[in-house]
This record gives sequence, structure tokens and C-alpha cells, in this order.
Amino acid sequence: MKKLLILGAGTAGTMLANKLSHELSQEEWKITIVDQDTVHYYQPGFLFIPFGIYGPNDVVKAKRDYLPPSVDVIVSEIELIEPEKNQVRIAKDNRTLVYDYLIIVTGASPRPEETPGLVGPEWRKSIHDFYTYEGALALAKKLRTWEGGRLVLNIMDLPYKCPVAPLEFIFLADWYFHDKGMRDKVDLTLVTPLPGAFTKPRASSLLGNTLEEKNINLIPDFLPERVDAEAHQLISYEEEVVDYDLLVTVPVHMGADVIGRSGLGDESNFVPVDKHTLLSKQYDNIFSLGDAAALPTSKAGSVAHFAGEVFVENFLRYIDGLELQPTFDGHANCFIESGFGKGILIDFNYDVEPLPGKFPLPGIGPFSLLQESEMNHWGKMMFRWMYWNLLLKGKEMGITSQMSMAGKWS
Amino acid sequence: MTTVRDIAGNEIEFGDDGYMLNPDDWNQDVAAELAKEIGIDPLTDRHWDVINFCREDYEEQGDAPTLRRISKVGGVPTKELYKLFPKGPAKKVAYVSGLKKPSGCI
Repeated sequence: MKKLLILGAGTAGTMLANKLSHELSQEEWKITIVDQDTVHYYQPGFLFIPFGIYGPNDVVKAKRDYLPPSVDVIVSEIELIEPEKNQVRIAKDNRTLVYDYLIIVTGASPRPEETPGLVGPEWRKSIHDFYTYEGALALAKKLRTWEGGRLVLNIMDLPYKCPVAPLEFIFLADWYFHDKGMRDKVDLTLVTPLPGAFTKPRASSLLGNTLEEKNINLIPDFLPERVDAEAHQLISYEEEVVDYDLLVTVPVHMGADVIGRSGLGDESNFVPVDKHTLLSKQYDNIFSLGDAAALPTSKAGSVAHFAGEVFVENFLRYIDGLELQPTFDGHANCFIESGFGKGILIDFNYDVEPLPGKFPLPGIGPFSLLQESEMNHWGKMMFRWMYWNLLLKGKEMGITSQMSMAGKWS
Repeated sequence: MTTVRDIAGNEIEFGDDGYMLNPDDWNQDVAAELAKEIGIDPLTDRHWDVINFCREDYEEQGDAPTLRRISKVGGVPTKELYKLFPKGPAKKVAYVSGLKKPSGCI
């Protein structure tokens, strides 16, 4: 019996467990998945919670309900990965799990404690986050009674999950305060270490214009060193200061600590892998994908989904003794909620920046790339259903894993 | 479109983004000259610590390191990097070290 061990039952891990349990013979393979939590959060939904668009029930389900019965599910913290011995030590019953192949999909998490001054007496009072379930709920409560002032949304460092979420947050905030009849009392500012609203030039320019139209200030090239919580100031490494009344922050992100402890990570605990095959740069029976991997593409569910599809095909070749194909292209596909019932859609990969066009059917759509439309907003809303019912279960989504140029113009 | 410029007696090819195309064309004289172009003169030992780390890290990893990596692995704190290479140290270090423009990808 061969043993396949998956560490992490998030978006990537759940999808892989479903796909691989379908593909691999149960007589020959035993699949085990380990995760410390029993709850699966629909993370893209956190964005909507502060504005009362989604509530707790929209984003929380039991992990076990989404994992196939044939997979052995262990709820436990992971103590140490010992790649030289092909084994993983877990906290529960001090067990040691032996593997033939290991897939690391332990994700990325916000680390507010990495920035001096952020976590203290003002945390969740004048300083908030929306990248955690608790943070999003606390911010919803705060916004309901907030009387206005300077709302600053800042990104502490790269990389962070769902690169468009901060933009969406500030677009939705603009809409929310309009609806409450208090937009004139709120000054909205996006502070980012990037040179513009986004990285890729075409998207950055479009999104920069959208910010301007909505009267949202943009402060680029601002890498924060610390927060003076008492003075309500965000301070950069160059000693530039941004004053705020309410700071909504996207904290520094890191991979799981067990990756660092086990000597498998880079300086942020992300796992270095070949960017086209997802095979570890150190061990030939370890793979990593999704947010856990050190890949030069977005940390986002869509990327984990595309990577997962490509990986499963490749893995089936690999276990039959064939060479891995360099098939993963860094494909990402993101709906950007732009407020007032509209959205923007972007589609890109390692080499091709987001371009305008129609998606997924060339010339037809129904979605418009790099352009605001109501249909794009409905795509985003529909995606929650697709996530729970298709994506996690490893079913066909009707979008190719590798990026397509059809229907795009440059 | 690429351009070829004479840097400290070497014919160096630059890409569209203004960064050197081939890291192997680089040498210490080239670094000093490129640093001068962006207002850093002279290069101190501390500058060289950073440049040497970036060159070595590029050899191993295939990418110009991020500020976080230079600080955590290379041992030069981010605050100091901003003093050595003011206004955008990640890009400036990559430029002087003859490496590709940092992808800054998200």
C-alpha cells in the first residue's frame, strides 16, 4: 500500500483529496489528510462581512463534509516534517505518519505581530483587519457605529492573499458610506508598497483611474515599518507618516511555522518549488502548491484551483515513472468587486498581464475582462456557490487550467 | 527594444525596463558606474555586503531577492537598506547588482 499524505485541508488540500481519491485506486493507495481545524472558511467571503453583505453562515462549513469518505482525516497540529525519514510528526497521540509522497498545502496566514505597534491596546479598536473571520466580524461591528473620519487601508508587505481584496475593500467602503449618507464625512486612502494600485501595468492604470473617479486617495511605494497606535500614525521605513482615525490593515503574511521549523521554507516559511511542476526544490517526493508555495503568482483560490488541476494530471504521470511536464503557467482569475453592484474581471499568468476582452467564451462572455460590468458582479456572487459545490469537490468548472489568449486583445 | 550602452568600458545590453539583460556581463566597475547614475557614490563596504548577497542569492534562486529576504537572510536590516539605497531599495539594489527588475509580483 502506497501512502500519500496531504498537509492542510484548505481550498487546495480539500480539492486535491477529492480529485486524487477519485483517480487513485483504493487497493493501492492510502490517502491521509491532516489539518488542525475542523472549520472550513470561505475566505473570499470575509471581504463582504464588514459591510453586512455576508453573515457568518455564508462563510463557515465543516471541513469533514467536503472531504471524501475514503480519505483518512486527522484533526491535529503538525509538529515536524522530517523529509529525510519520509515522515511527519503530529501532536495528536504523538503519532508519526510515514509517507511515500507528501503534498504541502498549509496555506498562508496574516501575522499582525510582525509589525511593531500593530497588536496592542488599539487592536480591534482603531486598528482592524478583515483577513480573519474574527477580524471581519469585529470590523462589521465597528463600521456600524463609526461616525466618519480618515479611513486608511494599508498593505504591510508582499506577498499577501488575494491581491485584489484591498482594492475591493476600499471600493465597497465607498459604496457603503454613500448608502449610509455619510460619504462626505469619510476620507478614504489606500496605502500600498506597490508603485501603483496593482502590479501589472494595464490593470494598475485602470484600477488607478477607478480609485480617482471614486475620490479615493492612493499613496504608493509606502513600506510601513511600524504603527504608533496611540498617535494613530502609520510610519514607513523612510519615516514618512500617514495619519488615520481608523486603520484597516492587511498584515504581513507568512507560511505555516512548521514549514520553517522543518527547514523546508524560505524567509517567510513558503516552500520553494519549481514554478512549472510544483515539485520541491529539495526533495523529489514532496510537492507544494496554493498559498503555501513560494511561487511568483497570486496567493488566491483560483490559482490553487488551476495549479491543483494541472498537478493531479502530472502526479499521475510521475507515480507511473514518467517525467513531470512543466505545465503550470501561474494562471490566476479574479473578480474584483467595484461597488454599486458592479465588478471587474482579470485573467493572467506568469508571463501575460491582464488584458481586456470577453471571458470565458471569446467574443461572447458573458463576463468582460478589465472592464466594469454588472455581470461581473453577479459572477462574483455566483462564485460562492461554485466554490462549495464544484471547486472544493474537484468537479469541472468549465475554465481551462492554463490561461487562454482567445477573446483577448492587447 | 534593447539598448547597448558603454558602462565603465563594457558594452552592456539593457532591456525595455532599463535593467541589465545579462547578469553575467556585470562586474564591480559596472556596479560602481550604475550606482553613480542613480546618485549613489561611492559604494561603501556596507553597499557591497548587500550587492554581494544579492548576486549570490540570484545565483542560487534565480530571482532578485526581496527586501524581506535581504534583511532576514542577508542580515542587513530594512531600515539600513533604505539609508544605503534611498527611495525604492529593492529596485535600486537589483539595478546596481546587474539583476532583473524585481517582479514585485502579487
